[in-house]
Amino acid sequence: MSWLEVIHPGVQSSVQDSGRRGYRHHGLAAGGALDLISFTWANKLLDNPRHAGCLEIMLGGFRAIAHGSLRIAITGARTSVTVNGEPVEMWRTLNLNDGDELAISHSAHNRLIYLAVAGGLDSPQQFGSRTVVVREKLEGRGPIKAGDKLVLREPQRKVPSREVPAHQRPDFSSEVVLGLIPGYQYTQFQRSDILRLTTSGYTVSDQSDRMGFRLQGEALDCPPPGIISEGIAHGSVQIPGDGQPIVLLNDGQTIGGYPKPGVVPILDCSRLAQQLPGDRVRFELCDLATAQNQRRLFELHYQNTRWCQNGQALEWL
Amino acid sequence: MIEPVSEDTILITLAPAIDDTLPARIASLVDSFRRAGFHWLVDMVPSYTTLMVVYDPMLIDFRQVTAELRPIIHRLSTQAHTAELKSRLVELPVYYSAETGPDLQWLASESGLDCEEVIRRHSSVEYRVHALGFAPGFAFMGQVDPSIAAPRKTTPRKQVPAGSVGIANRQTAVYPQVSPGGWQLIGRCPTRLFDPTNLSLLKVGDRVRFTPISREAFLAAGGELIS
Repeated sequence: MSWLEVIHPGVQSSVQDSGRRGYRHHGLAAGGALDLISFTWANKLLDNPRHAGCLEIMLGGFRAIAHGSLRIAITGARTSVTVNGEPVEMWRTLNLNDGDELAISHSAHNRLIYLAVAGGLDSPQQFGSRTVVVREKLEGRGPIKAGDKLVLREPQRKVPSREVPAHQRPDFSSEVVLGLIPGYQYTQFQRSDILRLTTSGYTVSDQSDRMGFRLQGEALDCPPPGIISEGIAHGSVQIPGDGQPIVLLNDGQTIGGYPKPGVVPILDCSRLAQQLPGDRVRFELCDLATAQNQRRLFELHYQNTRWCQNGQALEWL
Repeated sequence: MIEPVSEDTILITLAPAIDDTLPARIASLVDSFRRAGFHWLVDMVPSYTTLMVVYDPMLIDFRQVTAELRPIIHRLSTQAHTAELKSRLVELPVYYSAETGPDLQWLASESGLDCEEVIRRHSSVEYRVHALGFAPGFAFMGQVDPSIAAPRKTTPRKQVPAGSVGIANRQTAVYPQVSPGGWQLIGRCPTRLFDPTNLSLLKVGDRVRFTPISREAFLAAGGELIS
């Protein structure tokens, strides 16, 4: 069986899939790939199961050696990728032969890179998922280290040459617009604060990680006081006393007591998670039906399309 | 009250304020939803006054979720006390001492009591698990006697040892694993509150009583004195 030997893990790399389902009442975070869009495309390129495990590489700086032949795909933050020093493209299928060295440079533009292998990565499952939630410090579940072996779930089958059509690749470079579905304590916020939140832009703070992204900008004047702790939905926007929003992501706490004017849809959270400190984002009110439609179209596209013969486009089944 | 909060989540609010009958009511709601076997049900997060329900938006939408849950909520609200009888009592041994509870002395002088009296008041009440969160297996229990209620530390500790028993306002809890934390620590419990196989020992709605134990009993039960 083929495998990948990690030489340089980068700042933080971990195996991620679509996360745990049904464990939040134990206080366990959902986990899973932060950028669902790039994660999904990496698996789609290889006809992998929807929830197959990929490597999530934060900020690049990753190197590995192939043992045996592998079919892989790399998506996410724009950066330069080489095989044995020769540049290769992202957002397409690649073949690695025994002894090949894969190198992913530091990403200066965005945050997360996804490395998928045909059939998916094999790693210990816990709570029905391969996700690694570093902050929970559970035994045997940490980030990837130099020398680790990334084992594959199945023998490498042949995957034809494919690439994600240019118009379907997510654009992480322009200002990110975060939908805000009004909910939770929305009506307890002052009208002027909701206007401030949705009209003034914010920048991503350097205190942003898999738990949540802190944003900096015009502080809300008068957020409602703390509330009785309640369940936190993925993408919840918390407003602590300093009036600066925090968007809670995959590894966030399951309950919390800060007031929340609403929730950012999961696909917008993916775009947010790709941003680096100093990048600009803004909020825009969004209704529930729109968010649900976008999510369903995204999922249906994965389930109900197949690659055309030439590997350059997808067609609906 | 049922409200949508995101594309795949709703929030059910049962009451505007915390009261001691809520954990049992919320626990029986969780139970009933689970027994109903909804194929679209992904996750439930009970807390003090609310129950958050996560559903699969590929299988159902907000309107239909509401329509399916509402009759169950209605039925249970008319028979709240039956759940009261079924809830489980969990006894947790605690070695209360200065070496395992670095804030015990401070809490005693702050409340004008001696250490023995703080321990007696903490261990003579039956608590309810109101919520789980913060960390795997971390159960928020209420309510401690007002005389021993204490605010969180202004600067949280970087490292609180596993098993530490703490007080924050009128809540009490046991830290399941080593973690940062700002609660006032008064003792340590040798019982494991979370492990990956059995998951969380406590669940919302459980009743909990703390039993003071000696240093020897604490060590014999596998307790550790490291700080």
